[in-house]
Amino acid sequence: MNLYLISKNIPMNNKNNELNERRDFIKTSAILTGGALLSSIPLAGAYASGSDTIKIALIGCGSRGTGAAFQALSTKFNLKLVAMADAFPDKLEKSHKSLLAKFGAEKISVPEDKKFTGFDGYKSAMEDADVVLLCTPPGFRPVHFAEAVKQNKQIFMEKPVATDSPGIRSVLATAEEAKRKKLNVVVGLQRHYQKNYRELIKRVHQGELGDIISGQVYWNSGGVWVNPRQPNQTEMEYQMRNWYYFNWLCGDHIVEQHVHNIDVANWVKNKYPVSAYGAGGRFLRTGKDYGEIFDNHSIEFVYDDGTVISSQCRHFTGGANRVDESFQGTKGKIFLDSSNRGKIWDHKGKVLVNYEGKNDANPYQTEHDELFAAITANQYKFADAENAAKSTMTAIMGRYASYSGDVIKWDDALNSNINLMPDRLAWDALPKILPNFDGTYPHAIPGVTKVI
Amino acid sequence: MRSITLLIKTTCIGLMLIPATIFSQENNFRNYTQELQGTDLKFDMIAIQGGEFMMGSPVTEAGRHEDEGPQHKVQISPFWMSKFEVTWDLYEPFVYKNQETRISKTALSQEVDALTRPTKPYVDMTWGMGKEGFPAIGMTQYSAIQFCKWLYTRTGEFYRLPTEAEWEYACRAGTAGPYSFGKSENINEYAWYKLNSDNKTHPVGSKKPNPWGLYDMHGNVTEWTIDQYVANLYSKRSTGLSKDPFIPTETLYPHSVRGGSYEDEVKDLRSASRRGSDPQWKVIDPQIPKSNWWLTGGTFVGIRLVRPLIKPSKEEIEAYFNIEPIPDF
Repeated sequence: MNLYLISKNIPMNNKNNELNERRDFIKTSAILTGGALLSSIPLAGAYASGSDTIKIALIGCGSRGTGAAFQALSTKFNLKLVAMADAFPDKLEKSHKSLLAKFGAEKISVPEDKKFTGFDGYKSAMEDADVVLLCTPPGFRPVHFAEAVKQNKQIFMEKPVATDSPGIRSVLATAEEAKRKKLNVVVGLQRHYQKNYRELIKRVHQGELGDIISGQVYWNSGGVWVNPRQPNQTEMEYQMRNWYYFNWLCGDHIVEQHVHNIDVANWVKNKYPVSAYGAGGRFLRTGKDYGEIFDNHSIEFVYDDGTVISSQCRHFTGGANRVDESFQGTKGKIFLDSSNRGKIWDHKGKVLVNYEGKNDANPYQTEHDELFAAITANQYKFADAENAAKSTMTAIMGRYASYSGDVIKWDDALNSNINLMPDRLAWDALPKILPNFDGTYPHAIPGVTKVI
Repeated sequence: MRSITLLIKTTCIGLMLIPATIFSQENNFRNYTQELQGTDLKFDMIAIQGGEFMMGSPVTEAGRHEDEGPQHKVQISPFWMSKFEVTWDLYEPFVYKNQETRISKTALSQEVDALTRPTKPYVDMTWGMGKEGFPAIGMTQYSAIQFCKWLYTRTGEFYRLPTEAEWEYACRAGTAGPYSFGKSENINEYAWYKLNSDNKTHPVGSKKPNPWGLYDMHGNVTEWTIDQYVANLYSKRSTGLSKDPFIPTETLYPHSVRGGSYEDEVKDLRSASRRGSDPQWKVIDPQIPKSNWWLTGGTFVGIRLVRPLIKPSKEEIEAYFNIEPIPDF
């Protein structure tokens, strides 16, 4: 043994905090264009009032919300976290602890009376902030977004933005209000903030592939976390802790996760589909820990020009995975995925563009860099909510198709009055979905289930 | 933190102690196939005789980095090494207990059932590059060690990551030049790297093996070792003979990975080439705390298994496996 030869001074790596380079301003569907961009518009939020510190509030303190707060606080701007809200005190405390350890008490200025728990804490938590980060499970997003706009806040919110049609209609209405008030809204469909997507889809929109006439989008992977029921939990607490498996909170994985790829299809097409038809079910992921959601959906989305985009999402272990997007145009074809890659070919297979963005900026960081740059410069630049609502609606329409077995038309889907949210939000209140006698949950049956 | 560090250090010291007499084990020291009882899963292990070699590269070697010198003599005790990089076929049943249950003809033992498993990754950790027959990628070193614990619990044999010294000894397979296959011009026959990989992993064993029968030591995926990466390590080593050297863990970063990958240039596939793990490999993990189990950006890192000829005691083995992850955010 020669361990005694080893220095204790092992070099630490300190690259991890480098700020991402400020990206060039690239116009996409996510960013306002033309006359809407006016740098001198006074912002409605409190930031314009003199202090050079931007105050943020975190609504939803799970690991993704905590991540979003890390990214906001890692921008080059002067930010301070002033309030936090989460339904669960333990989630809030864990998040606060990580934030405090990373950024210190000066930037994490959240006294006990600015930590809000329960279902209604979000309102108070927003009050002292200039910018709010809305990161709860998606079922709550419509209400939180509406409150944030009502309180004139600038907004970062996670995808998806609703789980049912009434929620989508609410977000669309609030998005209009946010535009009217010129409040920046960035949504965490982070492919819109990722360079390979921006660069290559720009080429598509410039006509390099001709007209896009078909496509395939995928999120086929092994599935996500599960939190089994614990003793003494009310039904509401159990569903909130295991939220991925309940539609009022999650929307099913076609909405919660696959919305990313479906959104890319809409972005490439620069429109939204008119109908959906497909299949899905619960094949491998069954049992009482897995609520009501399906483990696979296979949907065809049809656009008004006849373009068919096929969408697959499944949560199966084993087998081949893929999470990516391909489209075929009259002049060529394109492949994109989230590991900063992209390729364009002509129809003879000749590679026209081979994009390898190995060292591209982290899009989760870029979305905050760009949002806070706009806010700091008093610019109204981001209105992501409408597209996010419509892409979320597309995914919900896919769920309607697999759950019902029917051909679902866009207008019918958008106007559905089936509201998944509980009538009352409280720990002793009952959600609308309740377990069977054996602890399993009723789930959709194609041919039986009504979605409209 | 301190107690964790000490535990690891104590453990590793224990593991590396080699008894003076190893005769009985040497009689059975040959290549074998490890089966996982009750499943169709198996993997091949190659017997690597003990010996001495010059670790590091000479200053004259093209593409050499400072951390590869000075060369020094190292003695290595005998061990088995996996013929191939660990594939998803083997790794996925560790990640997903339901998958392990599904492929098992018998019920999982209580010990296997109770093991700590990785969190299920939100993203597709194969990144669409392939699963069946392809190297498992993107796991943290902690995750790789827990995978070894899963194998130990299933088989009773002690599998672990190689030390940097064991790795280089096995990679060189008796050769002293930059590559075990001689000149870099031969690379297309032996290794997946930047210019022939189409920027993705390939099925393990689809190129030629090195002189000791190990595949993909150069390229395909870069492979975890036990060691903390210390750039100026060799200059601190004895000018005499170092016996089974390694550097125990003190910090989460950097740990040493070896062999280069499908995305590296040919010079980074050299037997002596060293690289430290980097927090950047997790930078696109959107969650905080960052995963103890997955390197969302580490699509080029995989696992090569080692089993030492002399099995450490049960207590030593358990101490090696029963470590807490070092928090990362």
